[in-house]
Amino acid sequence: MLTKRIIPCLDIKNGRTVKGINFVNLIDAGDPVVLAKQYANLGADELVFLDISATLEGRKTMIEMVHQVAEQVNIPFTVGGGISSVENVNELLKWGADKVSINSSAVKRSDLISELADKFGSQCVVVAIDAKQIEGEWFVHLAGGTIPTEIKLFDWAQEVEKRGAGEILFTSMNHDGTKNGFANEALAALSSLVNIPIIASGGAGTMQHFVDTFKEGKADAALAASVFHFGEIPIMDLKQELKRNNISVRL
Amino acid sequence: MNLIIIDYGAGNIKSIQFAFKRLGIEAILSSNIEEIKAADKVIFPGVGEASSAMKMLIESGLHTVIPRLKQPVLGICLGMQLMCNSSEEGNTQGLGIFDVTVKRFSNAVKVPQMGWNVIKELKSPLFSGIKENEFMYLVHSYYAALCEETIAKTDYEFEYSSALQKDNFYGVQFHPEKSGLEGERILKNFLELKTNN
Repeated sequence: MLTKRIIPCLDIKNGRTVKGINFVNLIDAGDPVVLAKQYANLGADELVFLDISATLEGRKTMIEMVHQVAEQVNIPFTVGGGISSVENVNELLKWGADKVSINSSAVKRSDLISELADKFGSQCVVVAIDAKQIEGEWFVHLAGGTIPTEIKLFDWAQEVEKRGAGEILFTSMNHDGTKNGFANEALAALSSLVNIPIIASGGAGTMQHFVDTFKEGKADAALAASVFHFGEIPIMDLKQELKRNNISVRL
Repeated sequence: MNLIIIDYGAGNIKSIQFAFKRLGIEAILSSNIEEIKAADKVIFPGVGEASSAMKMLIESGLHTVIPRLKQPVLGICLGMQLMCNSSEEGNTQGLGIFDVTVKRFSNAVKVPQMGWNVIKELKSPLFSGIKENEFMYLVHSYYAALCEETIAKTDYEFEYSSALQKDNFYGVQFHPEKSGLEGERILKNFLELKTNN
């Protein structure tokens, strides 16, 4: 049986891991390569590296870090942040990234999703969607959640699936950084609407939140940062707890 | 050990090279037909879309070379699928090494299958020391059905071939290079297979 995935997210700025609280105040939480190796040994199923400064400042994700992670880590990883062209993706995959995650660039030019899916296959194209619920309606936001759009989350999710995305990484701006749980209602709606895997992101605070997002939110994977980086939730403990709740995990 | 990873332009091959490096083996990336023929062991990788990958194989002339190789060959992911008769993906004619057709999962399950699933009913020295129901990392929308050449099964929607073998040709649907220490063990087992070259 396919298992639910636990994915630590390493937000990267200037080659270091950081975690934005509601995407603003940054706290340094270590060397990404060292952290990645630790996570692989501690039972993480996959890793995501997001260059959080990349979209805002137009910086490219660090190829050298990708190279080092690919050399030293034996689980899959996704790289996102500031990716806007087929050439960017080609370079990242060439140096060992398994998947790439695109966000603002896909909203600005949705053809990019199809181009990447055609050239590299859907399996390596993750479309990250940051959305915020405003008066009951979910709207897509850009550039690390700072720029609102009029695009509705559920329309956009269907569009990205149609264009060949292999997976959706959904971050609720209302939940991110709150540690009050994931946006399970929206996640469950997404999961019934599209037929590609959904990664839940934003709001992890307790182990129960993960249980809830797999059960109620129907998520295929759950992503979190600070609860893992600061040791608040050890990944193996989390997986044991998920197993106790009859959620299939890799142990 | 002269280990070649066939470099025909398809996808992420560095991570396979890196996995062998972690095992202490320098794998060489090559598209040179003579080099590939002379290798002790050959890895046939592939990530991406079947028809465009097949097109690249044909352009480089590798489509006639690979089926005639005598040394152990390991196809990984799309590499394994291209070793089959044909694939529904882009209506692609394959290399015809494995006598099976590659089809798409239905929408009864999420497609692609993405993540860790178990391999079982293991039937090959490739899996020496690997226990039944070991977890491997898989990412794929298309699968090879069960057939005589099946040497490992995985269950997603139904049971399908997560590994195939015919003579010196091996294929794995999962990514041993991304499947932790157990995946690396499978790569090591491949290196230890006897060569007939």
